[in-house]
Amino acid sequence: MSEREDEISDADKRRHAEEKALIAETSEGAQELLPRGTTAATDLRREVGAVLRLPEGNYVDPSDIDIERRDDQTMIINMGPQHPSTHGVLRLMLELDGETVLRTKPVIGYLHTGMEKTGEELTYVQGCTNVTRMDYLAPLHNELVFSLATEALLDVEVPPRAVWIRMLMAELNRVSSHLMWMATNGMDLGSTSMMIYGFREREMVLTFFEKTTGVRMNHNYIRPGGVAADLPDGWLDDIEVICDTVLARTFEYDELLTGQPIFRERTEAVGNLSAEEALALSVTGPILRSTGVPWDLRRSMPYLAYDKLDFDVIVGTYGDNFDRYSVRLNEIRESIKMIRQIADMMPPGDYRVQDRKVTPPPRARIDESMEALIHHFKIFTEGFRVPEGEVYVAIESPRGELGCYLVSDGTSKPYRMHIRGPSFVNLQVLPVLLRGGLMADAVAVISSVDPVMGEVDR
Amino acid sequence: MSALSPPVASASADILPEVPRLPDRLVDQLAFPQRDTYLRMVAAFRDAGFESCADLCAVDYLTHPGRTLPDGVQAQRFEVVVNLLSLSMRQRVRIRVQVPEADPVVDSLVDIYPGTDAMEREAFDMVGIIFAGHPDLTRILMPEEWEGHPLRKDYGVGRVPVQFKEAPGPR
Repeated sequence: MSEREDEISDADKRRHAEEKALIAETSEGAQELLPRGTTAATDLRREVGAVLRLPEGNYVDPSDIDIERRDDQTMIINMGPQHPSTHGVLRLMLELDGETVLRTKPVIGYLHTGMEKTGEELTYVQGCTNVTRMDYLAPLHNELVFSLATEALLDVEVPPRAVWIRMLMAELNRVSSHLMWMATNGMDLGSTSMMIYGFREREMVLTFFEKTTGVRMNHNYIRPGGVAADLPDGWLDDIEVICDTVLARTFEYDELLTGQPIFRERTEAVGNLSAEEALALSVTGPILRSTGVPWDLRRSMPYLAYDKLDFDVIVGTYGDNFDRYSVRLNEIRESIKMIRQIADMMPPGDYRVQDRKVTPPPRARIDESMEALIHHFKIFTEGFRVPEGEVYVAIESPRGELGCYLVSDGTSKPYRMHIRGPSFVNLQVLPVLLRGGLMADAVAVISSVDPVMGEVDR
Repeated sequence: MSALSPPVASASADILPEVPRLPDRLVDQLAFPQRDTYLRMVAAFRDAGFESCADLCAVDYLTHPGRTLPDGVQAQRFEVVVNLLSLSMRQRVRIRVQVPEADPVVDSLVDIYPGTDAMEREAFDMVGIIFAGHPDLTRILMPEEWEGHPLRKDYGVGRVPVQFKEAPGPR
């Protein structure tokens, strides 16, 4: 008997040591949410109130917040990074009192691949292939912002057809990204039908992308100087079918979700955010608009030719999960409205700038012209030189303000390329949205923020 | 809507006029404050209607020292670049602060714009700028025990050996 006991305790010891080693191996140290006992009162207040440091500070009174809980009353649990509904490798540390979330801290970086550093090693021609992999649900927006920044440094004006093709593709990409969000959000709330419907409609858009760019994702289609190829034959018919189908299906989603009592119970008044909090936390995109701030860069600071389109900026009222849902659903409809206008007004002409220093010559010219061959060779080996300078360009991606800060030192590679990822910044609202809510709603709230970890971690 | 204060008629142009500026095609103002006026300037912009800090990042100018700077601004190795956004005036301003290599410390903006929390952590993690007054200046993208700051220009790319193919056999 005693022998057996020894055996068990030995196995226990081994398991204990293994667990300890595992914890040490996966620990993120100070990046993690620390227990109350080791957190200073000011930090605790900030973490609980999250935006207590707002200059006005009227709406969250520091003395209102109860930090007088002891460690043994609360529990810190870990959610992620391998959790099916944290949308990639997002890790949340949540402090719970029973079912109620008190403090939250997102721990990120699990998908960090050093894309900003890689961007410094690639030429401007190659840069699009790099940035397109950041926000993999809206790759064309990444390419667009990088191209716009490069063109701003080059002082190159792209032909009108390229501008309108870019707009068409960007809006289609917004539709596909929002459809993907509808799908995952539905799944997080338990509606697997919505998941399948969202993916089905998104596939239509991706099929068109494949036809136009050659690939379903990570297109490298929008490049400095224009776009890689003209729209394929019969694109108008494809657009027509996509617009008609997706628009009709959005009304099916209405029937499936919008009026559905269970869905409304789970989304209304969950994860509320005020406009002041949103602005202070630099939140942009559908989350900011859901709080009632009519801020859309396409309308407020138009780029490309968005000032020639007729569309509405969708805003919410309460800034809760339901508002974020309806803002995105209606943005799909607005985008379809825009796509139809773009299809009507698509100008003829070149789809890229005819500047041989920026754009490679057509394949056929290389066989007959020595100069074309040299340009082709130069562009794809050395790349083109970009004048010294720095520039910050921002566009409205499906998730908010997508910015690109480019510094050029006059060579053919960016000296510094910084991407302001909307998901990265928007992730800061999670502690505010989750505070005081139920653990069961956490998944729905994370989903409504729509983080794409490829862009958060870059 | 209440969050958008009424437009302050071009009051932002008069903010700290002694701070050197450069003309820029895309932003309304491009200012180069010293480190001691930086916080004051950002706070003044915030009071003038710049509700949101769009972006904050740091640049290491180690191998590109000869960049264009206005008179009176001494070029340093690091630069912290802040892009502020005014929703009510539809304006952007960019603020660039020179940060010396020997003492890479800059005041934190978290008290003015809480949204810079993650951005300053990223700048600290990637370039090694220390933001004085930041409540939680830890690494955000790299692992906690990581050594060095990857976006510095003297950071050895490839210094960590990575095995891409199968290890060579014994023969």
